[in-house]
Amino acid sequence: MSRGRAARLLAVACGGVVGAFALIALFAPWLAPYDPNGTDLGSRLLPPAFLERGRLAHPLGTDHLGRDILSRLVAGSRVTLLVGASTVLLGGLVGGAIGLATGFFGGVLDRVAMRLADVQASFPYILVSLALIAVLGPSLGIVIAVLGLASWPVYARTIRGAVLAVRSRDYVTVAVALGAHPMRILAAHVTPNVLGPLVIVATLQVSNVMIAEATLSFLGLGVPLSTPTWGGMLREGQSYLFYAPWLAAWPGLAIMLVAVSTNFLGDALNDRIASA
Amino acid sequence: MAVVVARRLLDALPVLVGSSLLVFLLVHLSGDPALLMLSPDTPPEQVAEFRRAHGLDQPLHVQYLRFVGGAIRGDLGESIRFRRPALDLVLEALPATLELAAASLVLVVGVGVPLGVLSAARTGTAMDAAVRGLVFVGQGTPPFWLGLMLIVVFAVKLRLLPSSGRGDFSQLVLPAVTLAAYFVAAVARLTRGGLVAALRSDYVRTARAKGLAPWRVLFGHALRNVLIPVVTMIGLQTGTLLGGAVVTETIFAWPGMGRLIVDSIYRRDYPVVQAAILVTVVLFVAVNLVVDLSYRLLDPRVRHE
Repeated sequence: MSRGRAARLLAVACGGVVGAFALIALFAPWLAPYDPNGTDLGSRLLPPAFLERGRLAHPLGTDHLGRDILSRLVAGSRVTLLVGASTVLLGGLVGGAIGLATGFFGGVLDRVAMRLADVQASFPYILVSLALIAVLGPSLGIVIAVLGLASWPVYARTIRGAVLAVRSRDYVTVAVALGAHPMRILAAHVTPNVLGPLVIVATLQVSNVMIAEATLSFLGLGVPLSTPTWGGMLREGQSYLFYAPWLAAWPGLAIMLVAVSTNFLGDALNDRIASA
Repeated sequence: MAVVVARRLLDALPVLVGSSLLVFLLVHLSGDPALLMLSPDTPPEQVAEFRRAHGLDQPLHVQYLRFVGGAIRGDLGESIRFRRPALDLVLEALPATLELAAASLVLVVGVGVPLGVLSAARTGTAMDAAVRGLVFVGQGTPPFWLGLMLIVVFAVKLRLLPSSGRGDFSQLVLPAVTLAAYFVAAVARLTRGGLVAALRSDYVRTARAKGLAPWRVLFGHALRNVLIPVVTMIGLQTGTLLGGAVVTETIFAWPGMGRLIVDSIYRRDYPVVQAAILVTVVLFVAVNLVVDLSYRLLDPRVRHE
């Protein structure tokens, strides 16, 4: 099998993983075999089915309250998907708009915005998110807002660079010469040509955001514990590392699988556009 | 040299002012800093007393100027929990964090760069594919999960290494590996990418044509040109590294700044949180100044500018 073919197959497989993950998250309530918050003290800390004492009824085992791990993983995928998608959308919109404006118009606006980006980049972002969420009170909306707004410099820098490259192209020069309104040039000529890089950064950003959300939940400052999340499951599993290491293993494996797949997909997309 | 340092310090000024403003505003975001820092059942007289004692009854801009004035003199307020200067607490925890960061940096450079070189020198081989796979896994693994799994394997199952605390070398291993993993992957990726491009360049073709040994071409010519982006990235990632220390220190009970921050957030000891974030930003600025100056060592072209 040729290298190119192997890479394509792998990209398709990763796309499959991401697609399956999205479907599971969308249809979670119908897919989870048990109520994710339903406790069953008679079957506490059951190991996965393939280990000794495991039961097929709970294929991935149960936690300290007898809750089914598989059901909690399925339910937790919703928060991961929701946070991943909406933070990237928020950051991409805000950062993309700033990148477009600064790259196209330049001047004072550009200098001020890029300085602000520097300031924010020098902030340890997880620290600031932690502190902000602690001050504002943990909730899904706050987590999305903080993680989304914190990521604007990544998008702004990429789009600004892409705009600067596009702006010097002949078709933009021609449009200027023909007397097109700047807003029209921005909307009709520049924006469509920087969407490629925007999509790539966004894809590569998804895994970062998912891991950040899980980190916040793990530290107890993310989405409130009543909602099952992968980070929250890890937090609870941490106390049982000695007796029931699978509690912490499964949610981490889930995060890793989705994160590695989206990263690979973003990379393949990048190669494809770069070689086109 | 002195001019360069002065110019860089001037460049850092907006960063320092901006971050001091953000850190100051942090506690005001909730509306009332006094209620944020005191327990909910504090009697109103004590809340009022707290406001007076900490100058919270002053207009916002006066409070900010006081905050900055204090910060310049090294006074970042007092820890509510310990009744001691917040900055002292942070500086006492700093060496532990620096030790952890230094150990991770050794791993990042000592493992990440060689992996990248190995992969770039043998593009298209199984070795290259293995390194690239490792990079993807390394960048997609949540650090705190890696930490927990390392504890399960090396502390619980194999009983080879301790799972927490700071003191002897064996206690440093697991936290350093946990903190370094992501950056090892990032540096390997960057080194590989830069080297692959450099190996295709004209100066490498010339060096080969001169009949230089392949290892001299690789290390003396190609790798030297890749070091600048690698060093730049390490500098820019200092903030992320210090942020990653928060999680790592929490998992391994490492008595550094990260754990101090998380503890202080849980206990609503915001002066300590503010001091720790500011110290982190100053560290970041300092590291990037050193990175900037190191270009002059790594690249003669910068020296002659």
